[in-house]
Amino acid sequence: MNKEITQNGLWTNNVALVQLLGLCPLLAVTNNTINGIGLGVATMVTLILSNTLVSLIRGFIRSEVRLPVFVLIIACVVTVIELLMKAFFFDLFLVLGIFIPLIVTNCAIIGRAEGFASRNPVGASALDGFMMGLGFLGVLALLGAMREIIGSGTLLANADLMFGKPAKALTITFNEDYSGFLLAILPPGAFFGLAILIAAKNAMGVRAKDRDTLIDPTLNT
Amino acid sequence: MNKKQILISGVFLWVFAVVGTTFVAVTEDTTRSKIEDNERLVLLRNLNALLPAEQLDNDIVNDTGTVPASGLLGTQDDTIVYRARLEGKPIAVIFNSIAPNGYSGKIHLLVGVYADGSIAGVRAVKHSETPGLGDAIETQKSDWIFSFNSRSLDSPKPSKWLVKKDGGDFDQFTGATITPRAIVLAVKKTLLYYQQNSDNIFQ
Repeated sequence: MNKEITQNGLWTNNVALVQLLGLCPLLAVTNNTINGIGLGVATMVTLILSNTLVSLIRGFIRSEVRLPVFVLIIACVVTVIELLMKAFFFDLFLVLGIFIPLIVTNCAIIGRAEGFASRNPVGASALDGFMMGLGFLGVLALLGAMREIIGSGTLLANADLMFGKPAKALTITFNEDYSGFLLAILPPGAFFGLAILIAAKNAMGVRAKDRDTLIDPTLNT
Repeated sequence: MNKKQILISGVFLWVFAVVGTTFVAVTEDTTRSKIEDNERLVLLRNLNALLPAEQLDNDIVNDTGTVPASGLLGTQDDTIVYRARLEGKPIAVIFNSIAPNGYSGKIHLLVGVYADGSIAGVRAVKHSETPGLGDAIETQKSDWIFSFNSRSLDSPKPSKWLVKKDGGDFDQFTGATITPRAIVLAVKKTLLYYQQNSDNIFQ
């Protein structure tokens, strides 16, 4: 069960690459790695908490009001995260500010609440939230890194916003004279990048299937 | 029976609303002072970027005045000005101006003006100009915005407060004329506003 949840969240049923949910913030913030990681972590924490809370109340929730209750839980969790971020990562909040409240509208979160947490035990639901969130975070970070490297020739710029002053050293500049490739940073670059990631994932899936077929030809029948 | 069901659901929702609101309210209450501190620090950092801390000795974040909406400042509401003093004497004032005609809407500026009418510095605090072209107004991207430092309405003459392409004294950037044009005009108008109102601002 746990292995299946992990595999589903990270790969087979990945929020961004397979379910294609939450694309608005995904496409909007990934113009660099740190923004991607920041929003990814916030989404992941929201998913863990909302899944856990929904699972806790699943026994006595009344089905006719379950969706408003889910929305209420998610909205509360996101608001609390926003406040905590303002209190402890204010500079990052200044960058990600408008996207944090938008997590409420990320269909992936209510999707997991309705589709998984409302009918599974707490532990499994928390794990599902973590893995789904991690899968989303991974794609955000990867897409952010791709766009940052191609678009501005750096990696992990502004790391100090998230990890404090010493993290400034984490920034890698590949070429001081790189004049940048604007397309990668602008919204079309986000679509191209995501398309490449989805295509790559599908290609790997097809290849894995081919290999299985070679080993056991009966699989396809 | 049906009525009873509805009532139970209603109470259920109500309980959740109360619990959720309480939770948010408690968090808001515990983080409020920390958030206010953060906002003040960021503001102070922005103000100090225009006016080095050693040039003033008052609490500039709280020494504010209100100026009414003005076409010269590009504002449609009352805005706050920050006043810098040294030993009680006015040193400089920092305006929140708006350049309404950026390439992608309004560009919010902080414009610091010394008491003698020369510029302490200009910063773009909020804008949505094109990344890679118009965003050269940010200090992280280029030094362009420093070109206003210590300019005034005497240098250059008001008729030269234009980008070079329009026959003025200020550089535009490659590929973007509209953004610098908007900012040059906004800064010039802010200086005009100061010229006309310098007597009341420090009251």
